[in-house]
Amino acid sequence: MNPEERHIFSVLVENRFGVLARVAGLFSGRGFNIDSLNVAETHDKSISHITLVTHGDAQIIDQIYQHLNRLIDVIEVTDLSTAGTHVERELVLIKVATDNPQKRTEILQVAEVFRGRVIDMKPASLVLEITGDDGKLKAAIDIFNTYGILELARTGKIAMLRGSEK
Amino acid sequence: MELKGAQILVDGLKREGVEYIFGVNGGAAMPIFDALYGETEIKLIPMRHEQGASHAADGYARATGKVGVALATSGPGATNLVTGIATAYMDSIPMVAITGQVFTHYIGSDAFQECDVIGVTRPICKHSYLIKSSDEIADVVAEAFHIAKTGKPGPVIIDIAKDAQNNETPFEYPETVDIRSYKPQVHGDQDQIAKAAALIKEAKCPILYAGGGVVLANASEELRQLTLKTQIPITVTLMGLGAFPETHPLAMEMPGMHGSCCANYAFTDSDLIIAVGARFDDRVTGDLSKFAPNAKKIHIDIDASCIGKNVPVDVPIVGDAKNVLTELNKQVSTADIDPWRNQIQEWKQKYPFEYEQKSDVVMPQYVIEKIYEHYSDAIVVADVGQHQMWAAQYFKFTEPRQWLNSGGLGTMGFSLPAAIGAQLGCPDKTVVNINGDGSYIMTIQELVPAITMKLPLKIFIINNMYLGMVRQWQELFHGKRYSAVDYHDNPDFALLAQAFGATGLRVEHPEDVEPALLKAKGITDGPVVIDFIVDEEENVFPMVPAGKGLGDVIRGLS
Repeated sequence: MNPEERHIFSVLVENRFGVLARVAGLFSGRGFNIDSLNVAETHDKSISHITLVTHGDAQIIDQIYQHLNRLIDVIEVTDLSTAGTHVERELVLIKVATDNPQKRTEILQVAEVFRGRVIDMKPASLVLEITGDDGKLKAAIDIFNTYGILELARTGKIAMLRGSEK
Repeated sequence: MELKGAQILVDGLKREGVEYIFGVNGGAAMPIFDALYGETEIKLIPMRHEQGASHAADGYARATGKVGVALATSGPGATNLVTGIATAYMDSIPMVAITGQVFTHYIGSDAFQECDVIGVTRPICKHSYLIKSSDEIADVVAEAFHIAKTGKPGPVIIDIAKDAQNNETPFEYPETVDIRSYKPQVHGDQDQIAKAAALIKEAKCPILYAGGGVVLANASEELRQLTLKTQIPITVTLMGLGAFPETHPLAMEMPGMHGSCCANYAFTDSDLIIAVGARFDDRVTGDLSKFAPNAKKIHIDIDASCIGKNVPVDVPIVGDAKNVLTELNKQVSTADIDPWRNQIQEWKQKYPFEYEQKSDVVMPQYVIEKIYEHYSDAIVVADVGQHQMWAAQYFKFTEPRQWLNSGGLGTMGFSLPAAIGAQLGCPDKTVVNINGDGSYIMTIQELVPAITMKLPLKIFIINNMYLGMVRQWQELFHGKRYSAVDYHDNPDFALLAQAFGATGLRVEHPEDVEPALLKAKGITDGPVVIDFIVDEEENVFPMVPAGKGLGDVIRGLS
């Protein structure tokens, strides 16, 4: 068994209904895994950008690359993990329980450490927005877990190549 | 001028040069069938089951190289097409399947005869379109045909809501198609081709391994040039039979599970495999860990995802086989491999396909030999099972598109409707359908349109009263526990053919085989069905048991 590696694919697709199903079907039909997935329109309304995180050995990663390329609606596929240095970010929304003012103050201090922003505050809870890479988000989630996370949502990773590498 | 969507569809099909549409009518496709009524440029061929329609379109495409067109209604009509679409997809056959869909405002409401055809067919087609407005039709038809026939060919589905068929819109057919996200790579990389030529020069035990991709790319001529120029022995897969004449001294016949011992031994001992339009399918390679352990691999394929999928490749060349071989042919010369050629000849002579002839019962291989003797120029459409393997072994194919069969999906019931499509596409050719008793009855209803159109099909049933290939596996691997394969309750196929309105003959003795085949030759005003009652428990050999290496081939007699 060859070693498994995590790869981030940046995929530009036609912004049409059904395209995501074709991409997802490619993975499910072959038993490949999707670790995270983000899809949204780009500045060009006819194109959507998919950031897809997956893992597998070299042969599987190659198959994923080839099969993504083979889909008619796929305009361009880049394996960011091999194509050059890239930047990646993910955004998480965390709703934390704030049972008393002292706990709230503490949570806000912790949020400061992670450069989190408060985007909603209620007597018994607040919602924080934090962006970062895997390590930072994991650290933040671990800490806030000790205060009691009521709800959590992540965007999935988005990524692109740096500067002039494209 | 404004036209109804259904008329725009038909006019678009005409622009694409469509001659035949194979279909079964039904509610959600009625406007399209109405537009085809009285149409002279395109002939509508009503089939008796939608599966037959898709196989007929497929057979037409395989025989002619043009895009086959199937048409069905929504829901069950569309799901019945599915087996034929999957069959075409697995063998990369250019096809456009058109399905009616319920009115747009009913889509998603579980309406009568509604089915998410796009969803159902997503993994078994090259691409698909759901049309909800008539002004999309012209562009989609042009794109669908472009996609179906270029690059690695395949089936494309056009699902059209009934209101889009009915609504009127101006007809403007695109002159050219340019899809920014679809640019097949047809020219091979020059450096890679040079590397391939260098490997060929060095090799001491090279073999050529050609598949269906050579037929699809119309590259048989270039393959012949490569083989003759280099004098390298060649094996052609089940899907490629005819791409190189099997009668030639360099031909080793097909490889794999029921292939020739020569081809399988040659794979195992080779030091270079030049694969052209073949995909190292499991039925060819056997156990991958034992496959060609000492061979470097050059792999020429239009589909990059096929290269390196099953075996590691030393020189991958993505491109159209015709283009790549044309370039490669400029850089190769006669290989200095006399000892290897002698070894191949020795294997060829020592291990031919062979069987034991019997005097009291018709041997299936004997029937195929006699069919070959009397119909050597025919297009042969085989079904799936033992008869398919015997036909591949004992009929010596010499031309591409002479041999049509469902090699990838292995669809029983494929051959009779596919033979109809082939005969319509090639009216001047004799079309022989070699069928099994199990597969024949799966689509027997298509005898009706064949009779109606007076197609002179020669339908030869190799009838062993069993689901023979499964029975063979049960005999060898399941202790002769013949579960659900006993077909002794088959009807009398000769009488049944007569009831349909065709000529039906039954042959039970070896001496009657040839007279029956000769008689069939003279019947040209409609199909003739010959039911050959053959040795019931004859097995297909050689055989590489599933999961074994090619060197572990069971030779059978010798």
